[in-house]
Amino acid sequence: MKNRLKVLRAERDWTQAQLAEALEVSRQTINAIEKGKFDPSLPLAFKAARLFKLPIEDIFDDEVETK
Amino acid sequence: MTKQGCEQNNYQTKNNANTKTLKKWTMAWVITMAIAAFAPRFIWDFNTSLTIIALLINLAVGFRMLVANREYLRGLDEMQQKILFNAMAFTLGVGLVLGLSYELLEDIKLISFEPEISHLIMVMCLTNLTAIIAGHRKYR
Repeated sequence: MKNRLKVLRAERDWTQAQLAEALEVSRQTINAIEKGKFDPSLPLAFKAARLFKLPIEDIFDDEVETK
Repeated sequence: MTKQGCEQNNYQTKNNANTKTLKKWTMAWVITMAIAAFAPRFIWDFNTSLTIIALLINLAVGFRMLVANREYLRGLDEMQQKILFNAMAFTLGVGLVLGLSYELLEDIKLISFEPEISHLIMVMCLTNLTAIIAGHRKYR
């Protein structure tokens, strides 16, 4: 699953640790999500959407990431 | 969001506290296990009452360790939980398959010694450790 987490985080000048703190997960989890290695659960995706004040589909895209 | 907050965020603080609690109960379990195993022979000369008390204390502390482990797992985030659950599932499978085969070796006279449960525990510990490391590498 593709996502814009890294871009949105950079726009706000947040570190991975800060985003992890806000979402109450580990920094490693944020890193794995940003790299597309781990797909977050629906509750975590909604939490991220609430944090960025964006619709969930503006952050996460079901399309498979092409490398 | 402040950078200072990252040093001691909620998740990390809770996780550290759960890890400390689990460590404390695991150590207590190991100590009570040692007492139950060696004290009857070396301290109270197989006094039945004291041995039963030591065994019951060991079981009670062991149960408390399981509760602490459950709290530790519940406190992890979803990716960390997934890594540990996968490792535990793999360890259980390896333990079941290798354990039964190992036990069979003596029955079919391929080994002359009696299989020890401690050998299986060591294999399961190493399997679990390897699976956890592999899980972390996968999501790195």
